Amino acid sequence: MTFRDALALGMAREMEADPSVFVFGLDVPDHKRIFGSTRDLVEKFGPSRCFGTPLCEDALTGIALGAAISGLRPVLVHIRADFLLLTMNQIGNMISCLRYMSGGKVKVPLVIRAIIGRGWGQSAQHSKSLHGMFAHFPGLKVALPSRPQDAYSLMRAAVRDDNPVMIFEHRWLYDVSGVVDEKVKVELGKASVIRKGAALTVAGVSWMNVEAMKAAEVLARRGVELEIVDVRSVAPFDEETLIRSVERTGHCIVADYDWVHAGFSGEIATRINYRCFGKLKKPVERLGFRHTPCPSTRTLENLFYPSAIDIIRTAEKMLGLSETDLAGEEFFSYEKNFKGPF
Amino acid sequence: MNSRDEALRLYRKLLLARLSEEKIRELYPSNEIKSPVHLGIGGEAIPVGVCHCLPENSKYFGTYRNHTLYLTLTGDTDGFFAELYGRASGAGGGKAGSMHLMAPDRGLMATSAVVATTIPVAVGAAMAARYRGSDDWVAVFFGDGAMEEGVFWESLNFACLHKLRILFVCEDNGLAIHSHDTTRRGFRSIPESVGGFRCHVLSGDGSRLSTVVEKTREAVTRMKKDSQPAFLHLTYFRFLEHVGPKEDFAAGYRPAPTEAERGGRDPVAIFEGELKSLKCSRPEMDAIRSELAKQVDASSRKAQAAPSPSPPDLLTDVFS
Ligand SMILES: Cc1ncc(C[n+]2csc(CCOP(=O)(O)OP(=O)(O)O)c2C)c(N)n1
Ligand SMILES: [Mg+2]
Repeated sequence: MTFRDALALGMAREMEADPSVFVFGLDVPDHKRIFGSTRDLVEKFGPSRCFGTPLCEDALTGIALGAAISGLRPVLVHIRADFLLLTMNQIGNMISCLRYMSGGKVKVPLVIRAIIGRGWGQSAQHSKSLHGMFAHFPGLKVALPSRPQDAYSLMRAAVRDDNPVMIFEHRWLYDVSGVVDEKVKVELGKASVIRKGAALTVAGVSWMNVEAMKAAEVLARRGVELEIVDVRSVAPFDEETLIRSVERTGHCIVADYDWVHAGFSGEIATRINYRCFGKLKKPVERLGFRHTPCPSTRTLENLFYPSAIDIIRTAEKMLGLSETDLAGEEFFSYEKNFKGPF
Repeated sequence: MNSRDEALRLYRKLLLARLSEEKIRELYPSNEIKSPVHLGIGGEAIPVGVCHCLPENSKYFGTYRNHTLYLTLTGDTDGFFAELYGRASGAGGGKAGSMHLMAPDRGLMATSAVVATTIPVAVGAAMAARYRGSDDWVAVFFGDGAMEEGVFWESLNFACLHKLRILFVCEDNGLAIHSHDTTRRGFRSIPESVGGFRCHVLSGDGSRLSTVVEKTREAVTRMKKDSQPAFLHLTYFRFLEHVGPKEDFAAGYRPAPTEAERGGRDPVAIFEGELKSLKCSRPEMDAIRSELAKQVDASSRKAQAAPSPSPPDLLTDVFS
């Protein structure tokens, strides 16, 4: 099952289970169905439970909150994470803190889905991830599935959660296929070891797990085994799973999908330094976007984004290895698959 | 239209936009233009007509559907195609792409891919003109969907309160991506909804260049007499998909137009009819067309052959 189908299935199962769940946002029921991720929902559940809206993201976010504190379970969808910036007031001043300010009297069960764009000239306004910024707010849960099973299971967990949950979905993950077992439950706030290895730990966020798997495949050919921890949830953050891994490998690269400066990768690195101080063989390395707005043209875009190559080179440096000959390896293959226009 | 000469000047602008976008449609399948393209085919008369009626040093703001606006203000097909191809010689050095074309030296101050975001920015420019005591005019273009955003109303209110010299130009195609206006609007009509503000409200068929010119001139006259902002509501038909080079009538969310309907909504065909009545001959129009087609062709070829930015360019222009 593809990642996009897993998202749709996760929502459909929750909508079947609970009539108070509804899905809304700009263009949610049109024929493109948010890149297929809301497929069949309007047919199955009707236009009162799956509907499009005017362009009014700020209001929609407040409306979701109002519905959530009135007994419903809204799922609000944004086709780009960048549009969340229009909704910061409701998220930062209301959604994240309403329960706290009510002295625990209100529940805020709502889900906000946002897609991270990349490639084909998405450029500065259609490519942000922003998960680190939202993780900064107490009272918000923030998840980034990278595999179809997690897309399905975390979607279900998010809808069932009595707290606001934001789910960030990388556009390129939509085409990734994998086995989805409908019975598998995944708790919010747990990392997952998606590859075992003894040499070095890569903590991957969202798309960077795909890059990390590619890097691991290349390095495995020379006997260097990477361990990959899919962070999956940046708030709450599952420190223990990562610490256990780094304690064994003594090396860690944090591969975030965001700017490095003042980003979530710094949070992880700090925690590892604190907990694994005596066991680290090298300082924790961080990978992320270059510190510029995202450029449009592909030649610069490929320099802007961290890739499997950066993971390989950083791992070699940390482990004191010579550079692997990468001629003949295929990188950036997803860029070749994704042919816009959006 | 005052004269045949003026009409021919406008025709060149209209046609330059059309031919440039038809060229994009032709080239897009090669997958070398790696940029989401929101083509304005059907809506060209609006930017062409509005910009034509404002003074030379006016300031303009637009959206991601900005190709005609860029070309009518700059005539720069070289910078245009180079930007679409992501080249160093592009309007934004390859960092902008189709959605963020700007040319501040020609008055195109900002465009944005986030709906409605340039509206308050344009109000700021109008305020700056007042503050500096300059007589600059400002026009901001946006779609009908943008009017649903709160920031539109906040900006309109501010501009009206301060009697700023700004034209709000609503390019109304009745669609926001695939959503019809009827599924998005709780208000009766666009002109009525802004009617309660202290601004001059004018409506017209934005497919007709002569109507756009007439309405803009009327707005300018009224603004000079009674200094309040103006709101131009201009309708047009979007011939293509929201983003991308194709038609998408087969998707089923709106019916395909008949041939007659196409002719009645095509700004180029309509204006050619008007040119005929101004005694412009078909051969004369054809000569303009082939001259501009050559220009467009040359610019697109040049862009394809031009170098991409080099790696250090990634880090430039983050700050001044
Ligand atoms: C704030 C924001 N919300 C949503 C989007 C996604 N989006 C891009 S274009 C568009 C429709 C806008 O319609 P309209 O303003 O009428 O302009 P048109 O595309 O018809 O020219 C939407 C919803 C966006 N870019 N920005
Ligand atoms: Mg529209």
